[in-house]
Amino acid sequence: MIPTTTRRILLTATVVGVGALVVASLLVGGYDISLLGLLTDPAQREMFLISRVPRTLALVFAAVAMSISGVIMQMITQNKFVEPTTAGTAQWAGLGLLVGLILIPGASPIVKMVLACLFAFVGTGIFLAVLRRLASRSSIIVPLVGIMLGAVVGAATTYLANSFGLLQSLASWRSGGFSNIVRGFYEPLWIVSIIAVLAFVVADRFTVAGLGKDLATNAGVNYDRIVLLGVTMVALATGVTTVVVGFIPFLGLVVPNLVSMVLGDDLRKNLPWVAVVGVGLLLACDLIGRLIVAPMEIPASVVMGAIGAALFIAIVLRQRRSVYA
Amino acid sequence: MITITDVTKSYGDETVLGPVTGQIAKGGVTSLVGPNGAGKSTLMTIIGRLLEPSEGSVTVGGLDVQAAKSRDLAQMMSILRQENHITARLTVRELVAFGRFPHSQGRLTDEDHRHVDLALDFLGLGPLAERFLDQLSGGQRQRAFVAMVLAQDTEYVLLDEPLNNLDMKHAVLMMRRLRDAADELGKTIVIIVHDINVAAAYSDRIIAMRDGTIAYSGTAAEIMRSDILSEVFDTPIEVHELAGRPIAVFDPMAQSVTHDAVRTDEESAVASV
Ligand SMILES: Nc1ncnc2c1ncn2[C@@H]1O[C@H](COP(=O)(O)OP(=O)(O)OP(=O)(O)O)[C@@H](O)[C@H]1O
Ligand SMILES: [Mg+2]
Repeated sequence: MIPTTTRRILLTATVVGVGALVVASLLVGGYDISLLGLLTDPAQREMFLISRVPRTLALVFAAVAMSISGVIMQMITQNKFVEPTTAGTAQWAGLGLLVGLILIPGASPIVKMVLACLFAFVGTGIFLAVLRRLASRSSIIVPLVGIMLGAVVGAATTYLANSFGLLQSLASWRSGGFSNIVRGFYEPLWIVSIIAVLAFVVADRFTVAGLGKDLATNAGVNYDRIVLLGVTMVALATGVTTVVVGFIPFLGLVVPNLVSMVLGDDLRKNLPWVAVVGVGLLLACDLIGRLIVAPMEIPASVVMGAIGAALFIAIVLRQRRSVYA
Repeated sequence: MITITDVTKSYGDETVLGPVTGQIAKGGVTSLVGPNGAGKSTLMTIIGRLLEPSEGSVTVGGLDVQAAKSRDLAQMMSILRQENHITARLTVRELVAFGRFPHSQGRLTDEDHRHVDLALDFLGLGPLAERFLDQLSGGQRQRAFVAMVLAQDTEYVLLDEPLNNLDMKHAVLMMRRLRDAADELGKTIVIIVHDINVAAAYSDRIIAMRDGTIAYSGTAAEIMRSDILSEVFDTPIEVHELAGRPIAVFDPMAQSVTHDAVRTDEESAVASV
């Protein structure tokens, strides 16, 4: 076990580091913005409010959405490798978005979001229904099933997009970029803050659900109701994030696992850290993507995919060594 | 009181339990014994509303377990299954604290903390309280789960093989704790145990199950008889008096007569292959 002092240092460093990343994310970019300029130059301030602040806020919300969704899904499936992109939730949201584009050309973002959330909800329900019928719920089979379902849905989405000449919009959605996020575009993401607050309120119930159906029932918790609540929250968070930002792989998987190594899985205790670490990681990915090929950009999700995959492998290897019964 | 009325459980066309009808009186320690596959766990999980019976009904303390609100039941009855795997990484104290969930809904009061400390103490988990469950031995983990159920402080406590993985010292300690809980706190304790001598030493009543039904039930003295035990366990068992207590022993020399004579379908199928 990690000693208390080490843990405290780690947590303090995390807060400081994420704070620094937020500041960096606000200041770094094509258009020069400095702290002094913000105070003296109205044009800089305007630019800051129109593009920098929305972009950073979008990153923060998207990160919170994906990491909290990940931790909720891991609790309700009792599996450490499940998150919106390995359960097909995000792919379903993408399909919903595309169906919106096809059926209602020029649909408002709200309509697209509703469709994305609905599809995400149904898709996650299908994933859970398949899990219930699965004889083996071993830790690796469950995400494999989800990844397979997600792949099928993803393929169907590509096929549809191709048939309707929408491949380009699909590609830009899949790359999960934050570069074109400006004021008036990212605001739906504020719903994530409501979901986050709700997650804190019901954190204990999710932890109890994470003990499995029997222990949860013994604790007097209606397990199915918690699962339904969890799926609804995840579908909302993933749906909205998908429409506004796109597909952010691995974040919901890597972050809860990293936090769990230090703090365990009592959500009441670790949920704030899941959110903070998630924000830090996504901000870092976004900054890396902006800096290494400046003035061009690599989408944050691409960087996230590379870093996340490496971290994921490290976590899997570590798990094999630990004494899980 | 626990009342069981015409309870059966079937999987497909195979009936693995019942019909069982019976009562378990309030107070005291009741042991369920019987061979593997006799239906002990099935019956207990049905009583504990973790499994739906195919037919019949069960009431605990006057509440119908299928109909009553889960939270009301959780304040009156706790159940621990034979096997518990949890993937969530929790410390022993966090796990035990979730035993208080039916009472506090997660907002622990001083009273809750007292129960948690008491339960940790009860099972000798004080020094391990801040460890994660995946850093414990099998027996220590088993004690943590039992502590969680005891922290729930319910009138009825159902434990499926709580002595699993425990060494002799901890097994005896746990049985003594359960005995105390029944005697001093008036709890109704139902446990499944495999060691018939442990059952006899610590329980007021023994229910012997076989082939999905209750074969015998009575006081320890009534059940601890060579003919009954040999029949229930399908193995020659002798009962001797030792230090004033009946002790069951198997005879290592005896041929397993009944085993050859009364073959189950499954075994003959295997034999004929
Ligand atoms: N899900 C299931 N599907 C089919 N049969 C089952 C199922 N669960 C249990 N059974 C069967 O029901 C019978 C009773 O099982 P149960 O678990 O109640 O036995 P038990 O008395 O607790 O045995 P043990 O001492 O081994 O724990 C067994 O024959 C078992 O094979
Ligand atoms: Mg059993």
